[in-house]
Amino acid sequence: MMTSALITGHPLGSKANARYALLTMSRIRKFEEAVEDLFGRGMVHGTMHLSIGQEASPTGVCMALNITDQITSTHRGHGHCIAKGADLTRMVAELLGKEIGYGGGRGGSMHIADVETGNLGANGIVAGGIPIAVGAALASQMMNKGTVAVSFFGDGAMNEGAFHEAANLAAIWKLPVILACENNKYGMSSSIELAFAIDHLSERGLAYGIPGVTLDGNDVSAVYEATEVAVKRARAGEGPTLLEFVTYRWKGHSRSDKNLYRTKEEIDEWKKKDPILYFEHVVREKALLTDAEIAEIHKLATDQVIAAVNEAMKAAPADPAGLLDAVFKKVSA
Amino acid sequence: MSDRMLTMAQALREAMSIAMDERPEVFILGEDIGIYGGAFGVTGDLYHRYGKERVRDTPISELGIVGAAVGAALSGMRPIVEIQFSDFTAQAMDQIVNQAAKIHFMVGGGLNVPLVLRAASGSGTGAAAQHSQSLEGWFANVPGLKVVIPSSPYEAKGLLLSAIDDPNPVIFMEHKLLYKIPGREEVPEGGYRIPLGVSRVLREGKDLTVVATGIMVFKAIAAAQELEKEGVALTVIDPRTISPLDMDPVYESVEKTGRLMVVQEAPEHGGFLNEVIAKVATGPSLGSLIAPVVRLAGMNIPIPYAPQLEKAAVPQVPDIVKAARNVVANWR
Ligand SMILES: Cc1ncc(C[n+]2csc(CCOP(=O)(O)OP(=O)(O)O)c2C)c(N)n1
Ligand SMILES: [Mg+2]
Repeated sequence: MMTSALITGHPLGSKANARYALLTMSRIRKFEEAVEDLFGRGMVHGTMHLSIGQEASPTGVCMALNITDQITSTHRGHGHCIAKGADLTRMVAELLGKEIGYGGGRGGSMHIADVETGNLGANGIVAGGIPIAVGAALASQMMNKGTVAVSFFGDGAMNEGAFHEAANLAAIWKLPVILACENNKYGMSSSIELAFAIDHLSERGLAYGIPGVTLDGNDVSAVYEATEVAVKRARAGEGPTLLEFVTYRWKGHSRSDKNLYRTKEEIDEWKKKDPILYFEHVVREKALLTDAEIAEIHKLATDQVIAAVNEAMKAAPADPAGLLDAVFKKVSA
Repeated sequence: MSDRMLTMAQALREAMSIAMDERPEVFILGEDIGIYGGAFGVTGDLYHRYGKERVRDTPISELGIVGAAVGAALSGMRPIVEIQFSDFTAQAMDQIVNQAAKIHFMVGGGLNVPLVLRAASGSGTGAAAQHSQSLEGWFANVPGLKVVIPSSPYEAKGLLLSAIDDPNPVIFMEHKLLYKIPGREEVPEGGYRIPLGVSRVLREGKDLTVVATGIMVFKAIAAAQELEKEGVALTVIDPRTISPLDMDPVYESVEKTGRLMVVQEAPEHGGFLNEVIAKVATGPSLGSLIAPVVRLAGMNIPIPYAPQLEKAAVPQVPDIVKAARNVVANWR
């Protein structure tokens, strides 16, 4: 079983928490590296959007959630999936077009959802998941579930009408939702400088009466702390929060990206702010984990990803025979 | 090979460049069309040649982009909007369907919208259900929109120049697999126009009339070449624009062959090519039919991701060959 039990709590709250936070970030990194490798070998179809360099935000956010809390995710969604507790084998299997994949090979990377861990799905449509998270929060409120919904989205998504309409609904109905913007500086090739006339994207919360916070999205502890405040506020019935996690995407937007819109120096500069190395530095300083333990955690992550790839490779390919029956859920008699 | 055997991406770029040279009011706007050169490389170097005002990168705001293009078109400019994947026209639907399509009619003719909306459509790249649709039928069902589907680089260039000249909104659906496939014929230099609303008969054969659009033209020709070896002769007609639709060559051909097959990638149910069948059923060549009409279309499902599923979801060359062979053999 590839799913490790979810831990809720501060990444620095205990040795177990620190271990879990590092393992989660490492699993995301190794998973993405494996996907890139499979892609390079022509084994994965379509395109891919990797979240290398952005591992802290999904990890920190999900450590502030319970398994029953819900998320909506994006085209760059592998990290969200893993941090919420998805099974690595079923994720790889989906990318390989296998029957045991999360979507039975029908959805691929951009459409992985995991009902058991409250993941309502990645999305191929920029900003498509934001109103959906607001709706999940509405259901929670109407049904007194006590759960919160988090919508992950990119900086680019904040210029879609869907963001604005959803933010306003969340605010006027005081919904238990967190708008989690992963500002990695670019929406494909368009920099935030070109796409926005404001300094901090979190300022947009003001327009809707939603508290907005900008913070270091590569510091998993800071991400956790801001999310924890937002979760408390949501569960107390006080409404939504807009969080802006400033981070950076190391790899191209997708397979076809030639990185013409940014410099190598800029990329190298951000690689120095590696969220994983930074967290290792903090846990060493606080004597929560030793070098040997850190190495062992990375090895475990690597082993888990390799095992997932091997298992997924062996699985049966998705069968076209079932397609027509897959469109509608059967109406129960 | 001649250096005028362009790809469709090159041919489209050439058309936009010619239009921008001819008229200062032509400009392009869309996501990642500048330095990036377009999600499918269609705008390429135009940003460097025409500058950021006329090759205008936008935020990810399809509704805003199309609406701004409508307003600019009403006010003297001739915008070409690039929507990265035709699926994202859904975001902009109000401006396309309720605004651009209807303004000229509603206000009594005093305003018009010279706008071209180019979008990459179709499946085959593993991009799955939200990036692979063939939505031309939606637009063909909206009076006030013209809908163009180029099937080759030559057609793409001449049709795009006519679309830019047109004083009305034109939806231009480019199949993404066609961007890189070399065309059937050379693309002339200079600004030639292919009029909107004129079908093209690409090959003539006595046994079966095939009407296909976009990439299905490409596949139908491949099928026709294969069947030729067996002595089965296909006529292949590319309407090129589905709104307006030129049916005369179809009627004339059906009168000669007595058999009709329509091929589209979009799902069969409610699809545009049903209109071709309806026109034949109610038109002058009905009495010439000696066989039931054959309809090949996408399955009535969202486009799946895995390659083996994706291929199964839309007609492929062997499907066309088999269906054509059967209808010719079984109905004599
Ligand atoms: C509605 C819509 N428009 C455009 C696209 C094409 N597209 C996919 S991802 C992307 C950039 C998104 O940027 P951002 O929201 O910042 O997320 P990031 O890729 O940086 O994680 C674009 C333009 C899309 N998928 N959906
Ligand atoms: Mg971004």
